[in-house]
Amino acid sequence: MSALSIGLPESNFEWRLPSRGRVGMYCLIAAEVAIFTIFVVAYLFYLGKSTTGPQPKDVLHVPVFYTIYLLSSSLTVHVAVRKLIAGRMAAFALLWLLTILLGGVFLFGTACEWMHLIYDEGLTISTNLFGTTYYSLVGLHAFHVTMGLLALTTVAVFYYAARLGREHAERLEILSMYWHFVDAVWVVVFTVVYVIGR
Amino acid sequence: MSTNTIALPELPTTRPLTLRLHEWVTTVDHKRLGILYILYALIFLALGGIEATIMRLQLIRPHNGFVSPEVFNRMFTMHGTTMIFFVAMPMVFGFANYLVPLMIGARDMAFPRLNAFSFWMSALGGLFLYFSFFGGNGLYGAGSAPDVGWFAYAPLTAKTFSVGHSTDFWTLSLLSSGIGSIGTAINIIATILCMRCPGMTFGKMPLLVWLNLVMAGLVILAVSPLSAAQIMLVVDRYLGGHFFDTQAGGSAVIWMHFFWIFGHPEVYVLVLPAFAFASEIIPVFSRKAIFGYPVMVLATVAIGFIGMSVWAHHMFTIGMSAGANTFFVLSTMAIAVPTGIKIFNWLATMWGGKIRYATPMLFCVAFLFQFLVAGLTGVTLAVAPLDWQLGNSYYVVAHFHYVIVGGILFCIFAAFYYWFPKVSGKMYEEAMGKLHFWLFFIGFHLTFDFMHIPGMLGMPRRIYTYEPGRGWDIWNLIVTIGVVFQAAGILVFAANLVWSYLRGRTAGNDPWDAWTLEWSTGSPPPEYNYAVIPTVRSRRPLWDLKHPEDPDWRYE
Repeated sequence: MSALSIGLPESNFEWRLPSRGRVGMYCLIAAEVAIFTIFVVAYLFYLGKSTTGPQPKDVLHVPVFYTIYLLSSSLTVHVAVRKLIAGRMAAFALLWLLTILLGGVFLFGTACEWMHLIYDEGLTISTNLFGTTYYSLVGLHAFHVTMGLLALTTVAVFYYAARLGREHAERLEILSMYWHFVDAVWVVVFTVVYVIGR
Repeated sequence: MSTNTIALPELPTTRPLTLRLHEWVTTVDHKRLGILYILYALIFLALGGIEATIMRLQLIRPHNGFVSPEVFNRMFTMHGTTMIFFVAMPMVFGFANYLVPLMIGARDMAFPRLNAFSFWMSALGGLFLYFSFFGGNGLYGAGSAPDVGWFAYAPLTAKTFSVGHSTDFWTLSLLSSGIGSIGTAINIIATILCMRCPGMTFGKMPLLVWLNLVMAGLVILAVSPLSAAQIMLVVDRYLGGHFFDTQAGGSAVIWMHFFWIFGHPEVYVLVLPAFAFASEIIPVFSRKAIFGYPVMVLATVAIGFIGMSVWAHHMFTIGMSAGANTFFVLSTMAIAVPTGIKIFNWLATMWGGKIRYATPMLFCVAFLFQFLVAGLTGVTLAVAPLDWQLGNSYYVVAHFHYVIVGGILFCIFAAFYYWFPKVSGKMYEEAMGKLHFWLFFIGFHLTFDFMHIPGMLGMPRRIYTYEPGRGWDIWNLIVTIGVVFQAAGILVFAANLVWSYLRGRTAGNDPWDAWTLEWSTGSPPPEYNYAVIPTVRSRRPLWDLKHPEDPDWRYE
């Protein structure tokens, strides 16, 4: 009976809203940026304040190659999604696996660097302020790379279970936004740790 | 019967209790999660209230021995942490969860499962915090609940000064509830941007939705730094890091910065939803559309921006540079401008209106005056030299309780009474509501008006007792007497909720003759909210429906 609950004025106009996945991912990235900002600020604030050695300039080597691997994975993931949209599944799978491989190689690089620092240089997270801030910032980034790799691998599993199709292209695009973000953070971390901080 | 509800096959109403509980635990429905958030907050409100009462009993007279100094330290730490993170935040999120989808004509939040995940993460945080009473003993049997203060300044939190696990429980609880908060904030933003019903452009969203949008943005920008700082504290405590270890070159001040970069925007995270309730309730009970809608939106956004740049006014007393002091004095004073604009807008909404003083409106009117006073004492504290005198005194405690209780909690009570008929389908008992209001109003003013005075007379906060004859005695007695009235008010409130839910008369869909979409669906709303997704043409869609001869969209 009540006119209250029905017939709100109808009209045929176009009504478009942004994709919620995209908005959600942008918000997540904003939150992550805030977290990384705090860690970067702490790193810069504590530069040169360690009371004991080793200092960054003594032990850090610029990881040029691993950086190139990680940054190029942004390109492969982007092209992979394009291929998926175009329906070229084999090319998509190849590029997707290549992305995972590049990310994995980057993580391997971080592991080697940490091995060297811990066993050869004697730098751990509790050695001095540099150790604390360095392992925290680089480790936080490596954690995000790991999370991204897990997500990318999940997609690969779905692909090989034949559960992935062109209709999932938008979701993969959103996931690739996260991956681009992880790469962009590396540019900042790289600049702060290996360029400014050394 | 309203035509906006579909007849579903009747479920048997007497399902076993375990089944019904299972439905609540596994729910992803925004209304149920909203109710869970609110019930959860109410439980912690009782716990935090008990802790406050213990402190006030200890301070009722000089040289009192009601609790030991150690217990007193735990009480103020637990009270502050509980009230901010496990009462105010879940309350705000609960109402946002319940109301935002209904008000924008959506069937649920953008990410229902993320919503459930976020709630349970927050719930886990509360359990962590209170488990510390049992599990915080740690290695040497020292401590139980955290006793480092709710902002946990370094180096108090260092292993050396905080043995045992109490601080670990504190930091884990904040980390876990922080993840929940960020998840919910993402959800609120995505819901508002992507789920609005046709016709609801940004200029036609109810103010409550606008304010919650800005609130969620602030949560993302403010709670994330807090989580980052907690990660650093965990690194310090578990991995032997030196972030806040002054002996190894670390800085105690940087913890303060990181904490207050969260801590001050947090005030706006809590007060914006309170503003949101006032902005919905005052127009309905004044029988007028909100005055100056675009200005209200702009003022909200301005508060959001300026609110991010005022944090160090919590730190005047630590000795910052003159430049930093000046910046934070000016930014803090600047934020009074958009806030003042809002107060004038609410007054102008009431001006010339046909005001109905039902319980929600009573709480809103009290809020207007109390929030004004809170803002004015805030401006006095923003003056750095005066802050050097008053900082860390009971004046500060009185000021922020005026904001949080007199401003935020009064609006939350208003929201409880206003939306109770929608959520429960039953009308609350008006006489009990008014009794609650007057008891709480008197108690609030006894406690927090008089608390300013010992502060100005130099009584520091967080002391467990004091010498007689300093002129503080009578004020502390009055402050504690106020607690009795507040507690009585809360009991009446709880009794009203329970009694009205069980025995109240049926409220109907629209008991207030209100104008926003949630009042067009059933009370309580069906699981799908709207059988037909509504379309809107103005900010008050139900006004348009009820007054087709003079709809709002002609003028907006």
